[in-house]
Amino acid sequence: MCGIAGLFAKTNQIGDELGAHLERMLVQLNDRGPDSAGVAYYRNPVGPGESKLTLQHPDEAYPWSVLGRDMADALGADVDLEQRANHAVLRVGAEAEAAESWVAEAHPQVRVMSAGTVIEIYKEVGLPTAFAERFRLSELNGSHALGHTRMATESRVTTDGSHPFSTGLDLCLVHNGSLSNHNRVRKDLERQGIVFRTENDSEVAAGYLMWRMREGASLDQALEGCLEDLDGFYTFAVGTADGFAVLRDPIACKPAVLAETEDWVAMASEYRAIATLPDADRATIWEPEPATVYSWEQVPA
Amino acid sequence: MTTTAGAVETVDLAATPLRDLNQRLHDQAKAADPIGHWQVLNPSGAHALACGLDAPIDVEIMGHAGYYCAGMNKLATVTVHGNAGVGLAENIMSGVVRVTGSASQAAGATGRGGLVVVEGDASARCGISLKGADIVVQGSVGHMSAFMAQTGRMVVLGDTGDALGDSIYEARIYVRGSVKSLGADCIKKELGDEHRDEIAGLLAAAGVDGIDPGEFRRYGSERKLYTFHVDNAGSY
Repeated sequence: MCGIAGLFAKTNQIGDELGAHLERMLVQLNDRGPDSAGVAYYRNPVGPGESKLTLQHPDEAYPWSVLGRDMADALGADVDLEQRANHAVLRVGAEAEAAESWVAEAHPQVRVMSAGTVIEIYKEVGLPTAFAERFRLSELNGSHALGHTRMATESRVTTDGSHPFSTGLDLCLVHNGSLSNHNRVRKDLERQGIVFRTENDSEVAAGYLMWRMREGASLDQALEGCLEDLDGFYTFAVGTADGFAVLRDPIACKPAVLAETEDWVAMASEYRAIATLPDADRATIWEPEPATVYSWEQVPA
Repeated sequence: MTTTAGAVETVDLAATPLRDLNQRLHDQAKAADPIGHWQVLNPSGAHALACGLDAPIDVEIMGHAGYYCAGMNKLATVTVHGNAGVGLAENIMSGVVRVTGSASQAAGATGRGGLVVVEGDASARCGISLKGADIVVQGSVGHMSAFMAQTGRMVVLGDTGDALGDSIYEARIYVRGSVKSLGADCIKKELGDEHRDEIAGLLAAAGVDGIDPGEFRRYGSERKLYTFHVDNAGSY
């Protein structure tokens, strides 16, 4: 069992309060995943030629400002850095790939949680309620966000095994379920050059999406590929720069509820998470069909 | 906080713990003078609402319910004014459970008696392993509904998903809309007068008017699976 929550703001007001809403949703899903928690927020897009990384180190006292200064010197670019618990978000005046490569070489013990122009990923082991407080989720605004509470089945409880998993620039995946052919798929993907950090089944799904999109598939095509190539139980939610997508396995073993009002679209493992949102009792509520890709995108203003 | 307004006992779950509500509802089975009519406010998708009731009382849930609402119901009439989550009225023994909206997966699963009415749609595995209860769904049902249903009746006014009635035993299924596909050993059967009467009775019990029982088709077991062959009886 795990819990998934997704929220997509259709108004500025919901966007301004996004963090507080997502925190309330996550707390309702505490019981479904007391091992770890994580969120992906899409917020504060950077300008042209800039990129954004979220970095993590187990030690909250890691010398982030030194890392930021060294990166600025090495890349010859401006670096703004904001720390949040044991994570740091960097706004870099260079391409994401260059910044990621520099981190991997200069600070190999620092993990890159996300890279892109708008995504920020925070995740850690421990109770979701404690996570929400430690990472001050309620103060984060944004256009949309995904959250996950984990009850581990296929691999150890670690930060790396927590969700969301980055699946490329501005992309991430959260998963409720368990995959049964992940070892085989992992080996196939490793031969294609996809690198895995854990024995986690969900990381394989993330790697699979990354590979399919690298080979030219759209997100919808990559998700439809999951129906062919992944065996097991899953409800996936995928965050993109503009929105999010939801897919359930053909048997629909794992729960999912979708709800929409004039102000927001929400997805959750259980309705009680959605019930915390404003006007939830007046929302249009439905259960996503099995083996069907649902997606939402922000309409450019 | 609990207030009594006329003959209706109102319990607001925004102020009262769910366990207190369920305990009070359970206590009605032994009460000398049971409270006959209850209204539950602010259910907010809570799980296990009004589970395990065993008294002829009316419970109205004023909003959406979570998992296993009215599970194991006996004698009581539970009405959800909204949607219900996974496992509505699971293992219902008797009484009536009604949802004015839609129900998630496994509504009425393993039910042994009583009536489950879903005014909207029911999702996958509705009536799975049915053991004697009746289910009336005014909308559609999802895939694998009535899987291994042993006895009882299921009436679907709308359509069904894939694999309806897979490995069904002696339960009877009546469908007014389209059947996406039938499961193993489930076949269409003749609709006789006794079946039309049965449908009319179930629709009346569910409070559904203006539907001609002749519009339904009947589905049931072809009795061709392994368990139906007498040669295999010695294996058990």
